[in-house]
Amino acid sequence: MSTASRTSRQWLLTLPSLTWLAVFFVIPAILVILTAFRPADLQGGVGPGWTLDTLHELNDPAYLPILWRTFSLSAATTLICLVLGLPVAFQMARAGQRLRQVLLLLVIIPFLSNFLIRIFAWKSLLHPEGPLTKLLISLQLIPENAVLLHHSGTVLLVLVYTQLPFAILPLYAAAEKFDLGLLDAARDLGAGPWRAFAKVFVPGVRRGLISAAVMVFVCCLGQYVIPQMVGGASDEMLGSKIAQRVFSDRNLPHASALAGGLMLAVLVPMLIVALWQQFGRKEES
Amino acid sequence: MKRSWLPGFITLGVILFLFAPLVVLVVNSFNASRFGGEWEGFTWMWYEKLWAAGEIWESLWITLKIAISASLATMVLGTLAAYALHRFRSGLQNVHHMLITLPLVMPDILMGMSLLALFVLTGVETGLLTIWIAHVTFCLSFVTMVVLGRLQDFDLTLLDAARDLGATQAQAVKKVLLPLLLPGVLAGGLLAFTLSIDDYVITFFVSGPGTTTLPLRVASMMKTSRSLPVINALSTLLIASTFLVAVCSHRLQRRA
Repeated sequence: MSTASRTSRQWLLTLPSLTWLAVFFVIPAILVILTAFRPADLQGGVGPGWTLDTLHELNDPAYLPILWRTFSLSAATTLICLVLGLPVAFQMARAGQRLRQVLLLLVIIPFLSNFLIRIFAWKSLLHPEGPLTKLLISLQLIPENAVLLHHSGTVLLVLVYTQLPFAILPLYAAAEKFDLGLLDAARDLGAGPWRAFAKVFVPGVRRGLISAAVMVFVCCLGQYVIPQMVGGASDEMLGSKIAQRVFSDRNLPHASALAGGLMLAVLVPMLIVALWQQFGRKEES
Repeated sequence: MKRSWLPGFITLGVILFLFAPLVVLVVNSFNASRFGGEWEGFTWMWYEKLWAAGEIWESLWITLKIAISASLATMVLGTLAAYALHRFRSGLQNVHHMLITLPLVMPDILMGMSLLALFVLTGVETGLLTIWIAHVTFCLSFVTMVVLGRLQDFDLTLLDAARDLGATQAQAVKKVLLPLLLPGVLAGGLLAFTLSIDDYVITFFVSGPGTTTLPLRVASMMKTSRSLPVINALSTLLIASTFLVAVCSHRLQRRA
């Protein structure tokens, strides 16, 4: 095949998806950042001209606790998901073929189940008249009038619940490729089970750990449905503010400014990780 | 050497944690008690109410229309993209690969927000078309990844062998490549279908009047406690269908 026809074939195959993503992913992302510099109009659109007013409005200390909560809840969720996900991935990797397939299916089913339904399940479980509240009261573990819903703890619990499969799947993908014989070797050389796990297995699935952490952390940063459904009034995250600006205040430039900031906060660490992995790959080869 | 029981124990706990709320929900869909705090006897009542709730079935129809058309479109776009990524090594494919992976790590709210900005600024009325565009956009990366995974197990020299034996390029693609890729493409399509049916956040941003998809309907029902048991019944049916889809997709991906 000639080089020219090879090049044209490459473009022909690449153009459909490339064009689609350019028009509906890259351009919209740029538009969000640009919209932050446009004035709002009363119909929920943007007015003519350019302005820095929105950015000045963002310089409001009221945003600080929300930013901190968004960050700390996301970090805590990521940490808990990794701590729970690692042993699960390990167990899946060392299980026999049949059990492994069953476990994989058991993780995928909640992963594919409707996101709202999973939140709803917790909402009804923790409802004041719901089964868990009644059970805990009858066991006298919580006081008669305890409210389990609408705490920041509830938000954390449901965040972990919804994100856990997202952590387990990349961890398992890495653990599956890991040579478990290395653990036996470490044990033969005198390492205890914990030491072998921490010093051999965990570094061995490093790549899976990074993808799982990025996946969970980034997903959490943009959450607004969970704080809205199971959190209280003081559990708003950055996503809640974005949704509120769009749907209640109908202030698109303000929402865009918040979303643009979040976007930069997501993309910059992503690029660092991508560069780091690129660098790591060169080092290995 | 003695294997530690701890990972197995944690795995059991995690599986219980993942499934307990869903099991309670399914059980409560047959519970006569409104809040499901106690078992007050078996009933089909909530399913009968669900059956009579016309607006839910209307939403289901809208959701299915979007999910089917979006998964068909992403199966075509995603297969082309995966083939290009697998076949060529170039600067263009590096950019292509980056563009395909970025949406995977973009929080839903940002994707919804940026598509909304696009539609508002270009004056496109939000509705079925905008939801379809949004769904194709976020499903595309997932389908490409699934097909790419399948391609990586595939020996491309089979195509050259077919050419050597006298097949035209078109024949080689049709008779060799497509049949071998089909399970991967179908698994990708199924994934797109489930993601599309499931999506709430992005859809919420780009939906218009008269395009209340099933998740949007469920979200508005969740706000009033009157219809809680009906959501239990609906959820049970959705979980059951997810289960079926997951098993099918699992079978497709394993068949090598």
